[in-house]
Amino acid sequence: MYKLESKHVDFFYGASQALKDINISIEENTVTALIGPSGCGKSTYLRLFNRMNDLISNTTIKGEVLIDGLDVYAKGVNVDSLRKKTGMVFQKPNPFPKTIFENVAYGLRVNGITDEKLIQERVESSIKKVVLWDEVKDKLKKSAFELSGGQQQRLCIARALAIQPSVILMDEPTSALDPISTAKIEELVYELKSKYTIVIVTHNMQQAARVSDKTAFFYLGELIEFNITRELFTNPMVERTQNYITGRFG
Amino acid sequence: MIVGLLMLSSTITSLTVVLIVFFLFKEGVAVFEKKPVEDGYTIVINKNNKVRKLTSEEIKNIYDQKTTFWSQLGAKHDSIILFRVEDIANFYTEDQIGANFENLPSCLSSIVDSIPGIIAFFPEKYLAKNFKGKQLDIDKVSLKEFFGGEEWYPTAQPSAQLGVKPLILGTLWVSFGAILLALPLGLAAAIYMSEIADERIRRIMKPLIELLAGIPSVVYGFFGLVIIVPIIQKIFNLPVGETGLAGSIVLGIMALPTIITISEDAMRNTPREMKEASLALGASKWQTIYKIVIPYSISGISAAAILGIGRAVGETMAVLMVTGNAAVIPHSILEPMRTIPATIAAELGEAPSGGLHYKALFALGCILFVITLVINLTVEFVSSRRKGGNH
Ligand SMILES: Nc1ncnc2c1ncn2[C@@H]1O[C@H](COP(=O)(O)OP(=O)(O)O)[C@@H](O)[C@H]1O
Ligand SMILES: [Mg+2]
Repeated sequence: MYKLESKHVDFFYGASQALKDINISIEENTVTALIGPSGCGKSTYLRLFNRMNDLISNTTIKGEVLIDGLDVYAKGVNVDSLRKKTGMVFQKPNPFPKTIFENVAYGLRVNGITDEKLIQERVESSIKKVVLWDEVKDKLKKSAFELSGGQQQRLCIARALAIQPSVILMDEPTSALDPISTAKIEELVYELKSKYTIVIVTHNMQQAARVSDKTAFFYLGELIEFNITRELFTNPMVERTQNYITGRFG
Repeated sequence: MIVGLLMLSSTITSLTVVLIVFFLFKEGVAVFEKKPVEDGYTIVINKNNKVRKLTSEEIKNIYDQKTTFWSQLGAKHDSIILFRVEDIANFYTEDQIGANFENLPSCLSSIVDSIPGIIAFFPEKYLAKNFKGKQLDIDKVSLKEFFGGEEWYPTAQPSAQLGVKPLILGTLWVSFGAILLALPLGLAAAIYMSEIADERIRRIMKPLIELLAGIPSVVYGFFGLVIIVPIIQKIFNLPVGETGLAGSIVLGIMALPTIITISEDAMRNTPREMKEASLALGASKWQTIYKIVIPYSISGISAAAILGIGRAVGETMAVLMVTGNAAVIPHSILEPMRTIPATIAAELGEAPSGGLHYKALFALGCILFVITLVINLTVEFVSSRRKGGNH
């Protein structure tokens, strides 16, 4: 069984169609990159899995979006608990106006965990997983805004890991970061793969090539090609993919 | 040329502000140069009485017959005998006084001389040249009696009572009552508008609320008088419905637009990504509102609350109409109260220009100015913290 799947997914903002008949199957513990020119529907597609598009009024979805074989859009699905299964990392680091510790503890607290010892352990192990512990262990009580952009983004990943999701959705997580911070995040993605299933949107093709196992190329709301990353970059089957990765458009 | 004009107009504006403040304080501070006895009047006692000075409160207690023996004021144990000019008829006939009161000064002089416990209050012009009594030395209005006095009765005879405590307390009671009512309601409305209502409802509500801000305050006062006052009277079974509570309700309604618009703006400034991050972690909409949106916009919300108080503190007309205006120290919100602005508005017309009462009202104006200044500085402070990104 696939970890994540979409079957014949169409998505509409009002009357305008943003996704057309998208079929993708993603295996557990892999990294999948979504690439394509801006506005082609990558973010829209990513946000289907934790139903973040629900926040936008007047949208429609057709087809099936499955996590562990269960349709996330089925009737009776509890959206809040669905979102606990997925962690999301956004384009710009967006820590909460709270302390470093409370940022990571947030997801635990809102999910009703009150055991302070457990929270403590979970916060520490999550921050360690993103290799941030040594940098912040002495200032856990300080505001998260005091960290650098790269540190903030790793903190946001730790925040997502703390709720123990099985899927991590990343929407251009390094687009606001410097090359060194970017490298650290990429390394992290590579390491996290052993425990999580990761989908990462990126506009950076080298990044897709470096971190992902499979790559999906979107264009104008359509899935043009979905293949093993090395195959897609070295031997694209569709001409449009070829044009895009060689930089002829986008 | 244009730069010059702009500079000129801003200079004029600042100068006007400085001038108003200067004028206010010049007149207001002058109240402490005044004696609390009406100009041209004097208070006299028997020459053997050891008392030399009295404060306005002591005079008031004598005339209210709370103090009845001079021994209570550190003199001999004579009982105090009050004497007013009208009482002269008990001592002398009209003939003796004279048709044009030409003998009045000498009559007064001998009365004061003959009664050891007397205290008499009359115009200075009736003071005989060789007066056989003693003129009392009256203290100037002191800071202590101004701020500590519990009675505001600026036209009292023979000595005005200028205690501002009941007015300050009245202002604070009414204003805090207003904010206590308006803050929860305003916050709820702001949360609804910024986080829950869809764009269509917001587009209807927002102008409605702004309309609320544009209604003249007399209209609010009228509404309060006709609707709220009778309801309060009925519910609490009071002799009168004009109470601090009525003022608080009317002011609360008047402060709502300020509170709603400012806190709604602050909440809408919460970055969408921050709310999304919270929701993506499995937080519910309500958790996101009270754990993310409200803490993020807390400085804007505080500014809204403080500005709302500011609106309430300075409001005159509506309050004047519904609070009952009793200048006594309030013990409960269900009593009539009188606020500083209402006092100034109601009394300035009757106070003779330049007199004690007039200056006392200016001093009240100074107090109001200081209160609103403190409020505005607090807003400045709170919102500068917000700009500093100190989240
Ligand atoms: N909230 C929205 N309302 C209406 N249209 C939107 C909204 N978000 C995205 N779109 C449209 O949907 C299309 C896909 O957008 P998006 O998924 O953000 O693309 P990408 O992430 O690949 O840049 C674009 O044409 C965009 O204009
Ligand atoms: Mg995008």
